[in-house]
Amino acid sequence: MDQIPILKIGDCLLVSIQVDMHDRLALQLQDDLTNKIVTSRARGVMIDISALEIVDSFIGRMLNNIAAMSKVLDAVTVVVGMRPAVAITLVELGLALTGVRTALNVDKGLELIRHLIDDEQDPDDRREE
Amino acid sequence: MIVEKSETLPVRVSEDVVRVRQLVRVHAVKAGFSLVDQTKIVTAASEIARNTIDYGGGGEARIESVTLGIRKGVRLTFSDKGPGIEDIERALRDGYTTGGGLGLGLSGAKRLSNEFDIQSAPGQGTTVSLARWK
Repeated sequence: MDQIPILKIGDCLLVSIQVDMHDRLALQLQDDLTNKIVTSRARGVMIDISALEIVDSFIGRMLNNIAAMSKVLDAVTVVVGMRPAVAITLVELGLALTGVRTALNVDKGLELIRHLIDDEQDPDDRREE
Repeated sequence: MIVEKSETLPVRVSEDVVRVRQLVRVHAVKAGFSLVDQTKIVTAASEIARNTIDYGGGGEARIESVTLGIRKGVRLTFSDKGPGIEDIERALRDGYTTGGGLGLGLSGAKRLSNEFDIQSAPGQGTTVSLARWK
């Protein structure tokens, strides 16, 4: 059966979704990622969806769930690379993706993850912004 | 309305939803849809195909390339022989679900379509048809 690989880079997990996911595969990714956060003690999760041609309500819910679960497990999730047509469609569909942090690309995503993790470690940083 | 090409796919397992998405994309590209319009109808198709499985117990999807005068479009018809929808108006409301979803499937797909119609009654199955024009 297909599986979406999860790469570990430092204290971050990186997932790049390169296939047109059917629902079971999306659920499996959700489970795999949640387990991997615990076993690898990751602090950040980056999900690259630049290859995804659509995000429907099911995949949207998966992204929301991953963000919520990682938060409970003391990790931050950032979704990167959403295509403009996907963003337009998602808003019209009525899916707000509240709770999911996003960044334009992998570089900015890593930056955001570092920032979010540092913020949590040192609350004083937040006051200076 | 003239039907230029009509194809039918089974919608029974979650892999079928992917196949429906891919075939709808082919028809949308051939009709000359912009990338945004392609994305909208493929997303709508994905939502309704999933409903056909989750609520209708499976069925089929008819995907058609249509023309009306000089306008080109894609028309989709999803039909199942499932339990049917008791209250269509309520089913079309954002956030209403009898399953575990977000309740955006029908209402969202309607917003992403130019034409949208549901025929359903308890015990009679459900047919959802939608169309998007270039």
